[in-house]
Amino acid sequence: MATIVVEVMLKPEILDPQGNAVASALPRLGFTFAQSVRQGKRFEIIIEAEPTPEQLAEVEKAAEVLLSNPVIETYVVRVEK
Amino acid sequence: MRVGVITFPGTLDDRDAARAVNFGGGESVALWHADADLKNVDAVILPGGFSYGDYLRCGAISRFAPVMKLVIEAAEKGMPVLGICNGFQVLCESHLLPGALTRNSDLHFLCRDQEIEITNNTTAWTSSFAIGEKITIPLKNGEGSFQCDDQTLAALESEGRVIARYIGENPNGSRNLIAGISNARGNVVGLMPHPEHAIDPLTGPSAQGLGFFTSILNAMVK
Repeated sequence: MATIVVEVMLKPEILDPQGNAVASALPRLGFTFAQSVRQGKRFEIIIEAEPTPEQLAEVEKAAEVLLSNPVIETYVVRVEK
Repeated sequence: MRVGVITFPGTLDDRDAARAVNFGGGESVALWHADADLKNVDAVILPGGFSYGDYLRCGAISRFAPVMKLVIEAAEKGMPVLGICNGFQVLCESHLLPGALTRNSDLHFLCRDQEIEITNNTTAWTSSFAIGEKITIPLKNGEGSFQCDDQTLAALESEGRVIARYIGENPNGSRNLIAGISNARGNVVGLMPHPEHAIDPLTGPSAQGLGFFTSILNAMVK
C-alpha cells in the first residue's frame, strides 16, 4: 500500500480570506509567530502498491482537471513514505 | 421558446428560475443532471444552490455531470446559457467562462438586496435592458468574489464582456466590482446575484430581474 498526496494551494496573488482569518486568530491566543497564513487542501490517495510513473502521471492529470482549478490554484503531487 | 432549467443534487433555485422563465413568456423545461438529453431546448439556465454540496470547489463536480457535456457542446455552437450564482460557478469550472468565484473577502455569507448596473445589453440575456440601467435584485452567496488574472481582466474590460457591476461598496471583493460576465460570443452569461428572485414585487425586492428572461425571447425572435 502506498499513499499519494496531492496538496492544493491558492496562487499567491489570489486573496485567501480563510488564511487571513486564521492569521488574525493566532495572536488572540498568544501565538505571535505568524507573519501571514495561507490555507490549502490536502488529498491522500491510497493505492495498492508503490506507484508506477504511469500512475503518477494519471494522478497529475486528475490534479489538473479535478482536484485543483488552475485558474486560482497550484498543486503538488508526491508519494508519502 | 423552450428554456431548460437544470437540477443538480443540491440545486435550490430551479423552481424560481422555471417560474421566471414562464413569467417572462417562455416555456420552462426541467432538465436533470444525470440525463444525457437536452429535450430540444433552445436555451439553458443553470440555477443557484449548492450542487453536490459545494464539495471540492463550488461547481467542480457538477461540471462533470452527464448533462453538462451536452450543455458545453451546445454553448460552443451558440446556444444561450445563463448561469446564476452556483450556475456561474459551474460555467467557470466548465471553462465556458473565464475566471473563478472565490470566498467572499469578509468570509460572510451575504443575503441582501443588491443594486447592480447593467453594462452590456448586447448579450442573449441582457438585451431587454438599457446600458447603465440600475436594477435591484437579491445577492445571496458565500463564494461570489470574481477573480481572474490581470490579462483576463483586461480582455473582459476591453471587449465589453462585463455585463453587470455592483453599485456602491464592493460586497465580496470581486475584481472591478464584477457581478456578471459573458463569453466572447455573448451567448453564455454568468451572474452572481439572482434575477429569478426579482420578477414580481409580491415576492422580490423588484420586478427588475425579469429582463434577463425576456431578453432570451428577443434573442430567439431575431
